[in-house]
Amino acid sequence: MSKFKYLEDVVTLEYDQEKCVGCTMCTIVCPHEVFRMEAKKAFLLARNLCMECGACMRNCPAGAITVEAGEGCVRGIINELLGIEGPCC
Amino acid sequence: MKNNQALVSLPMATPVPEGAGEFRLPSASQPFVLGTLATAVGDVPIVGGELVWQDLRGHYLVRWNVGRKSFTVEPGLYAIGEPGSDSAVLVSANYKMSFDILRQTLGGYDAWILVLDTKGINVWCAAGEGTFGTGELVDRIQASRLDEVVSHRRLIVPQLGATGVAAFEVKKYSGFAVTYGPVMVQDLPLFLANGCKATPDMRIKLFPLQERLVLVPVEIMLALKQWLPLIFVLLLVAGFFGEGTFLQAMLVHGLPPTLAVLVGIVAGTIVTPLLLPWIPGRAFSCKGALCGLFLFGLLYTFSGAFVMDSSLYLRFACLLITLAISSWLGMAFTGSSTYTSLNGVRKEMLLAMPGQFVTILTGLGLWATSLWLG
Repeated sequence: MSKFKYLEDVVTLEYDQEKCVGCTMCTIVCPHEVFRMEAKKAFLLARNLCMECGACMRNCPAGAITVEAGEGCVRGIINELLGIEGPCC
Repeated sequence: MKNNQALVSLPMATPVPEGAGEFRLPSASQPFVLGTLATAVGDVPIVGGELVWQDLRGHYLVRWNVGRKSFTVEPGLYAIGEPGSDSAVLVSANYKMSFDILRQTLGGYDAWILVLDTKGINVWCAAGEGTFGTGELVDRIQASRLDEVVSHRRLIVPQLGATGVAAFEVKKYSGFAVTYGPVMVQDLPLFLANGCKATPDMRIKLFPLQERLVLVPVEIMLALKQWLPLIFVLLLVAGFFGEGTFLQAMLVHGLPPTLAVLVGIVAGTIVTPLLLPWIPGRAFSCKGALCGLFLFGLLYTFSGAFVMDSSLYLRFACLLITLAISSWLGMAFTGSSTYTSLNGVRKEMLLAMPGQFVTILTGLGLWATSLWLG
């Protein structure tokens, strides 16, 4: 089955390869194969496939990855736009 | 700037919170518990890999959004089969669906299941919310005295739980090393047979037809909850302000927009999820609107009963109502999809919502006009 693709150039994923310690954790936890290992460092293979779940950032011991992680559900975003604290789903 | 804020806003893992981590085993009186297993820390409930009809009934009902909030198991340590001190420990959520499917998959194995308190939410969603997280995991390890039950220091955590769990922090605070299991629980047997190694395929989250299909009932139920009030109002207004008797007016003026709302719901909650990969466009609001247009056209072409003999005003009003609702509900499906991002959905919503709003208002306005003109 072909991979689904969402909008281009919307994600906030940032990766600083300088800081990478080569633990491979980001390549393990990412459900969309956004990272790949090359020469003992991770590199960004498919940034647009990122769904901003934040698993890579959470599991990067070097703090080399940042992303505004969240669930991206309609109700949560409406709450956010209205400025109220509310559950997402 | 944004990224820095994001880092701060995410709940970072903490050592075990104060007062938490008090020793507690789950109750053995839960209906799915078969017995207890004597361990160094007490009697651990044993569960089997067989699901009985009560379990399956519960699964069916929650798929229709019934009893979802109370579909839970008690958090804590469970045994499946007859695990010993060297048996694997698998971490799960206390959504009964997650727990049931895990134990069903592990039928025939001897293993420990450590259930986190995710407030009845599945692993992936709970990880996103932070309830399936480092803090709760470390806390639950301590509350179950896991270090006294098993001699090794390894945990198997579902890969999708990684959104909330930081493996290196779990190690730091509990001494247990996290191995991330496969995305899909169905791959667990192969993963275990491989010596806890996942193949590249096991690491990828796909979104096949079957997975989209099981989401449809909940989408329908939520949509009905949202839109039935409008149908009710439309029928009432039509009945009171239309020509003829209440019933006549309701049928003549109320039925077309009611059908338009229902077509929008079917397009947004059934057609969009099922045909997702084949609908052109990437934005879910566009996919939903296209499905609405398609379905409206089909019904218009083939159904004599559907606004066939109504005025041009009314026909156009109905089309707009269908488009707005199908687009909105298609967009809402991003929340259930497995590949949309927060910032993508935010962008899509900011662009689509004004259009959806104007479209439905225009539709309702035209409908009111047609009602006025008789």
